Amino acid sequence: MLSIRNIVKQYANHRALDNVSIEIEQGSVFGLLGPNGAGKTSLIRIINQITAPDQGEILLNGEKLNPSHISKIGYLPEERGLYKKMEIGEQMLYLAQLKGLSKTDATARIRYWFEKMGIQSWWNKKVEDLSKGMQQKVQFIATVVHDPELIILDEPFSGFDPVNAQLITNEILELNQKGATIIFSTHRMESVEQLCDSIALIHKSKKILDGKVKDIKNLYRNNTYRIAYSGILNPVETPLFNINEEKKDEEVTHLTIQINPGYSSNDVLKFLIPQVQVTELTEIVPSMNDIFIQNVKN
Amino acid sequence: MNKILLIIKREYFSRVKKKSFLIMTFLVPMLIIGMYALIFALSMKGGDNIPAVEVIDDSGIFNKGLENKKSATFSKSELTLAEAKQKVIKNEDAFVLYIPADIASGGTIEMFSQKKAGLSVISTIENQLNDQMRTKLLADAGIDALTLDKIKPKLSVVSKELTLEGEKDSSSGAAMAVGFAAAILIYMSLFIYGIQVMRGIIEEKTSRIVEVVISSVKPFQLMMGKIIGIGLVGLTQFLLWITLSIGLMTIASQIIFKGKMDQIKSEMPMSKQAAAVNSDGPGMDIIKAVQTVNWPYILPVFIIFFLGGYMLYSALFAAVGSAVDSDTETQQFMLPITLPLLFTYIMSFSFIVNNPDSSLSFWLSIIPFTSPIAMMVRLPFGVPNWELALSIVLLIGGFIFTTWVASRIYRVGILMYGKKVSFAELGKWFMYKE
Repeated sequence: MLSIRNIVKQYANHRALDNVSIEIEQGSVFGLLGPNGAGKTSLIRIINQITAPDQGEILLNGEKLNPSHISKIGYLPEERGLYKKMEIGEQMLYLAQLKGLSKTDATARIRYWFEKMGIQSWWNKKVEDLSKGMQQKVQFIATVVHDPELIILDEPFSGFDPVNAQLITNEILELNQKGATIIFSTHRMESVEQLCDSIALIHKSKKILDGKVKDIKNLYRNNTYRIAYSGILNPVETPLFNINEEKKDEEVTHLTIQINPGYSSNDVLKFLIPQVQVTELTEIVPSMNDIFIQNVKN
Repeated sequence: MNKILLIIKREYFSRVKKKSFLIMTFLVPMLIIGMYALIFALSMKGGDNIPAVEVIDDSGIFNKGLENKKSATFSKSELTLAEAKQKVIKNEDAFVLYIPADIASGGTIEMFSQKKAGLSVISTIENQLNDQMRTKLLADAGIDALTLDKIKPKLSVVSKELTLEGEKDSSSGAAMAVGFAAAILIYMSLFIYGIQVMRGIIEEKTSRIVEVVISSVKPFQLMMGKIIGIGLVGLTQFLLWITLSIGLMTIASQIIFKGKMDQIKSEMPMSKQAAAVNSDGPGMDIIKAVQTVNWPYILPVFIIFFLGGYMLYSALFAAVGSAVDSDTETQQFMLPITLPLLFTYIMSFSFIVNNPDSSLSFWLSIIPFTSPIAMMVRLPFGVPNWELALSIVLLIGGFIFTTWVASRIYRVGILMYGKKVSFAELGKWFMYKE
């Protein structure tokens, strides 16, 4: 749906994006990951046509990005805000019309969302009279009110309280099921594992990793297992695996092992069962957090 | 284009609906009318306590007595000087005018009172005494009053503007006053509305709404929408001020005029009334003078130069607003904006007024950064049409230029948070590619 091709963005003495290419599939929930200052926001601003790249191009549904696409994209920036002195209904109308909606359409959509969020009575309230959590709901509505095909959320959960974060998550997933493509930019990995199908990792202005979450995790599996047993294992030395960590508590021994190439977990079980009572054998799949840290450190 | 209209509408209505706008709009004409009414009231009444002056005339020259005027009334006193002095000491409202016997040979006329007599009282007395003295001296020299009346010259100069369309009365005093007022108004409003543009941008930046908005519209559209919207607010305010002032002034002058007629009727014989209505009182002079000003010429020129100057300077204010995070940081950037304005303002009222046709005045009224104020000051003295046209064209070019420069700084500045910015930095932003 969105093809980011060889994007370069150069600021005076700092290259914010260095030849970044990413493919985002229709209907996916895509995580744009990276530490602070990696270039995520620069890329998002380019997708939103707030700034233009120095090199490269972006295609939306096969078309080169142009002003007509603005109405198809919904953007919740990391730095969020509203006009404090303006009434909420009026403000939503303004923002929706800026996205290209007619006044009648905008009014109907806003009413729909206000009802969905249970905030119908807020229409004439001023933003400065709302709590932070309330403002976040309003901001989210402003992002999706024009029914965008592509929703870009920059650090969406920063500043959201857990209740609102869950509420917003549910809304995002519902929109995704209805066909919207979602891009998340975040450095919080828990939400990535929970929500994203695919990710791209940007570090120091370069894309260093991308693909489906499942595939990436598979890629980073290194045959590490956790086993637990009671009894005495003899001999401990075996060509099957190396022990990374050993811990004994009372009867039970916990081992973290790395199975050597050419062997499988079944081989390990065959080796263990005659000698000890096995209570656990689990593969340790690296979390996105581990993968993230591992990549960023290198 | 549609979106810029939306932005203009928001900027305009969010300001026009504010209470402070309504208050300003109605308060200012009220104040103008109030001042106008005050002048009238004062000129009609001449103060609450009109001094009653007792005149001791030891010379016998002024046996006709003195005429009562607005500023003082007069009566002959039979007291001696010593008695009169006693009276003044005892009575704080007493005024005694003493004319010594040797007045013809250089004696001094004295006024005794506890309170110092007002300047207008003294000048009324001086005028009347001088008149009577002169008549007497002339009579002594053998010239009678009739002959005197005949030879007393009554010349006056009426200024007429002669153009191809014919001649008409003009009052250069009123035209100058209007030109100066227009210059001051432009000077003040450039600041007032320019700073509103700057504040509006700082507000959008600090509230972070700007990033949401510029994901929908180009930064240039947002900036222009704001500048135009606020400019229209200024224009609305001016138009309301003008119509309200004229309306209120008409009503007020009707009321006062009627009051004056009544007063004249009771005070004067019929034959003098008409003359009095036409000439008497500063209030009538103001109305007459205001009518002589060439409004259909001055108003459009004023509006063009206000709008041109506003667009030119507000673009610079916009650039400053985009570069900072709060009002307090604006100061270093304000200097290059305020300096030319202040310079023109000072030059206008110290130099141009006295040398409206000098080459310096010409250049000040042609260069876009100074012309909105300087041209207004020159206007009453007559500015050739080609100069006016050149100045307007350059002003338009000037604001296109500043808007272009400002928009290049603005598009980068609004996305920069928490950074102390220098002029060199602004230059870098300006050079950034799209």
